Amino acid sequence: MIVIVDYGMGNLRSVEKGFLKVGADVKVTSNPKVINDADAIVLPGVGAFRDCMRNLKDKYLIEPVIRSIQKGKPYLGICLGHQILFTESEEFGLTKGLDIFKGKVVKFPENNLKVPHMGWNTVKIIKRPPILSDIKDEKFFYFVHSYYVLPDDNGLIATITDYGITFVSMVWKNNIFATQFHPEKSQELGLKILKGFKKFIEKA
Amino acid sequence: MFAKRIIPCLDVKDGRVVKGVSFVNLRDAGDPVENAKFYDEQGADELIFLDITASHEKRKIILDVVMKTAEEVFMPLTVGGGIRTLNDIRDLLKSGCDKVSINTAAVKDPYFIARAAEKFGTQCIVVAIDAKRTYGSLPDATGEKWFDDKELKEVCLKIPERIPYNPPLHSPLARVDTDGLKMGREDLSEIERGVWAISTHGGRRIKLIDAIKWAKKIEQLGAGEIMLTSMDKDGTKDGYDIELTKAVSEAVRIPVIASGGAGKLEHLYEALKYGKADAVLAASIFHYREYTIREAKEYLKSRGISVRL
Repeated sequence: MIVIVDYGMGNLRSVEKGFLKVGADVKVTSNPKVINDADAIVLPGVGAFRDCMRNLKDKYLIEPVIRSIQKGKPYLGICLGHQILFTESEEFGLTKGLDIFKGKVVKFPENNLKVPHMGWNTVKIIKRPPILSDIKDEKFFYFVHSYYVLPDDNGLIATITDYGITFVSMVWKNNIFATQFHPEKSQELGLKILKGFKKFIEKA
Repeated sequence: MFAKRIIPCLDVKDGRVVKGVSFVNLRDAGDPVENAKFYDEQGADELIFLDITASHEKRKIILDVVMKTAEEVFMPLTVGGGIRTLNDIRDLLKSGCDKVSINTAAVKDPYFIARAAEKFGTQCIVVAIDAKRTYGSLPDATGEKWFDDKELKEVCLKIPERIPYNPPLHSPLARVDTDGLKMGREDLSEIERGVWAISTHGGRRIKLIDAIKWAKKIEQLGAGEIMLTSMDKDGTKDGYDIELTKAVSEAVRIPVIASGGAGKLEHLYEALKYGKADAVLAASIFHYREYTIREAKEYLKSRGISVRL
């Protein structure tokens, strides 16, 4: 069963509906025990990095999430669930993340582009993760964010996207997949990614 | 490649889709979920439900509409209309919408924006500005006094050197050259050009706050996006207020959705190109199937606008 971690933020419902649409067995929970028993973890979320970490901590969810990832369970992070994999974020001073991957989360530079980066943008595949096997290169996905990740290890980079600068829009390592864009809001192509994640779990 | 967004808007009353001209003469035009699916299939970039349900008891219906829609379509969904409290926002987000659009509650208490942004994140707080052109400098600079439309007219007419209230607009696109938009209005004084005040309660009340200053203020308070409607143009089908759109878009760093006045595909182009909007909202031209979203996008692409096709 896929478990969507409910830490009191973000639009969990659309992620749940998305997985249901592709025929996955899915459950939304904030119960650490259910997370421990899950086959795969999904951490969605929009909002602030600091609040996300604080809520996870208050609900005693940090440990079960990290443990699941370390045990090799498939993990899908979306937006904040992608950013918090990294060491720290510049948002509100410095906030510590889960530190699964070394690197920082930084804000888009001040230039003439609008922030948040809100809307549809193309995703260029650098290293194709299995969950993107049905996705053609340079397709549009939906983004809403003001910060992006700077991984220390370039080997993590699955896709990149241009918005004034080129930033990392998806990372992937072994069982860990994380997107800056929102598959659950990206219509048919987004659902294909959720389906890809489901297939990956079935094979794992 | 970042795309400009095309956003159909559905006015929903008591759970049914309606669309009126300048907020009157509503016509019933269908089921919200069916409409949402239709636009999803056509490749709309987002969808906005504007809840115009008047009675308080019936306001919960929109939650059901949102819930059913979120089961069928997987695209960003915004709901506006009648949002007063943090609980209203929470209920809507929980039902499956991604952003909420606030107008009257934000004008009444601007710090509501800050509280909402802090609790739910700036990305889901859209502030709607319903702008109305007024002539002369705004008589009540503090913005504390409320005027209804009739009173405003009187206020404007009381100032003798001012040109009359709401004269026919110069066609803002009278002179367009390849460098961009020439309004043909640069030679007019600020008084003659007019300023935009903001209106609330679906256009029934005017508050004499400069819409441009208001846009900057709501950005500071944590709005993630501005939905900018020209109340002078809304329902006219003779084009967006390009001057207004450009002025607001250039004043803030958050995205601006232009709204009010779309009647032809060229109008969408003008708002994106000359008005510098990040997205365009339209209702009737899509709703009555005058054009499909795809036709609109193909047209825009042919004129060099980046869109998602």
